[in-house]
Amino acid sequence: MAVLVIADHDNASLKDNTHKVVTAALAVSGDVDVLVAGTNTAAVGAEAAKIAGVRKVLTAESAELGQGIAEAVGDLIVGLMGGYDAVLIPATSQGKNFSPRVAAKLDVAQISEVIEVVSADTFVRPIYAGNALETVQSADAKKVLTVRPTAFKAAGEGGSASVESVSAPGGQAKVHFIDQQIVKSARPDLGAAKIVVSGGRAMGSAEEFQKVIEPLADKLGAAVGASRAAVDAGYAPNDYQVGQTGKVVAPELYIAIGISGAIQHLAGMKDSKIIVAINKDGDAPIFQVADFGLVADYKTAVPELMSALTAAGK
Amino acid sequence: MKVLVPVKRVIDYNVKARVKADQTGVDLANVKMSMNPFCEIAVEEAVRLKEKGVATEIVAVSIGPAQAQETLRTALAMGADRAILVQTDQDLEPLAVAKVLKALIAEESPELVLMGKQAIDGDNNATGQMLSTLLDWPQATFASELVVEGGKAKVTREVDGGLQTLEVNLPAVVTADLRLNEPRYASLPNIMKAKKKPLDVKELASLGVDTAPRLKVVKVTEPAKRSAGIKVETAADIVSNLKTAGVF
Repeated sequence: MAVLVIADHDNASLKDNTHKVVTAALAVSGDVDVLVAGTNTAAVGAEAAKIAGVRKVLTAESAELGQGIAEAVGDLIVGLMGGYDAVLIPATSQGKNFSPRVAAKLDVAQISEVIEVVSADTFVRPIYAGNALETVQSADAKKVLTVRPTAFKAAGEGGSASVESVSAPGGQAKVHFIDQQIVKSARPDLGAAKIVVSGGRAMGSAEEFQKVIEPLADKLGAAVGASRAAVDAGYAPNDYQVGQTGKVVAPELYIAIGISGAIQHLAGMKDSKIIVAINKDGDAPIFQVADFGLVADYKTAVPELMSALTAAGK
Repeated sequence: MKVLVPVKRVIDYNVKARVKADQTGVDLANVKMSMNPFCEIAVEEAVRLKEKGVATEIVAVSIGPAQAQETLRTALAMGADRAILVQTDQDLEPLAVAKVLKALIAEESPELVLMGKQAIDGDNNATGQMLSTLLDWPQATFASELVVEGGKAKVTREVDGGLQTLEVNLPAVVTADLRLNEPRYASLPNIMKAKKKPLDVKELASLGVDTAPRLKVVKVTEPAKRSAGIKVETAADIVSNLKTAGVF
């Protein structure tokens, strides 16, 4: 049985998420093809052809595919599924947007946010924001999965797959693209950052949040996050929110400053590789998940941390 | 314009989900249940559309056990006009939910379906997109801004790394993201008024929709616990520990 992986890219270059989903796909089948849908697909497709283990790369090009119009991407994939037993889609905003359309058209279940492939029909996925793991077995003839990229190692380079273009579906009359603003922040994206520095309600004000959290993040090349309490209090914008109702992150290093560790926050960051917590309340729940905890007032601890980092050459 | 808002009764977002000892699921007995936070945002947005004179009627819908009536009363107290409960004790998968909603929409003919992007129990983020596909209505997911005008919805969407704006023809399915609004708390007079608003109960079987599960839940387990960490004395200790751990 052959399986199809949908590439994650920005119409300029291939993203590493693709390599990670290929690893998941190779656990399902030895015959893995990759679909690059968008614009500038020749360049992106050539990159995908180099991923080790990929059999064939398909490219499809249209303005709507480049804009990520869900109806267009969904129709394209559905049209290709005659040749595949499963499709694996990166669980990014973009992937989650069109993936359920493919499942609905094929009249099959979507298996969302897969973190482990047990066998070709059995998968593990987090539910309740990762507070439980569900192992599900699918009886559907074709399987539609979204795959959480952080749960898989990236497939290597060294492949030399053939590249073949396929035709893009017709235009969508009911959807009109207006514009897109991708934030050109010097900081990495919260969902993909290797290091995240988050602040909590202890900051007390938006000014303090900016003064304390942002310089530390910039020193580490980290993304900035916040607890829901800090967001609700107006100290940080809503898109900084890490937690069950915000973003779920799993960076190499998560630094929580003045965050008590409410359940809904822990749900969003407890899969981080290393967690550092600074909080003046030694009984705060955040310390139960922190690898390195410092019971101290952030007002003194953060400047000390900054100078210790400088001394360490950061 | 009639707006249909599906809402789900889920474990309260401040309660930690606990896995049952027999690994068959999550223990929901004697646990505080609330309206899914993203559904709350969808209800709020519908009420704001009505306050602006854009929406004329808001119908809240839930599919679930008898207790989901409480969730619908919350929606009514926030400002929905009437409610429909499709009663079942079966836990439906997103595809089945989308099919049930499609059947209701055939009866109700709303011009806009406004719903949460995801429920915080199953975490699927699929029902809205599936419903849009089954209805062949356009979709605009992860909305952080919604303007309805001249038979169209202009939707600003949260995408990877930024925002995208789409215009979709009505009828359409729009799913709410976190930044769309901050839901109001229902006032006591509105909670009292909500008790008198119409709430119809239909049996799931009466809709004639195939809701058989497609996935077999093999087991539900607890994630690996983090091993207990250490408390350090100074900020410099943090840096030296991170060095030892190979982070720097």
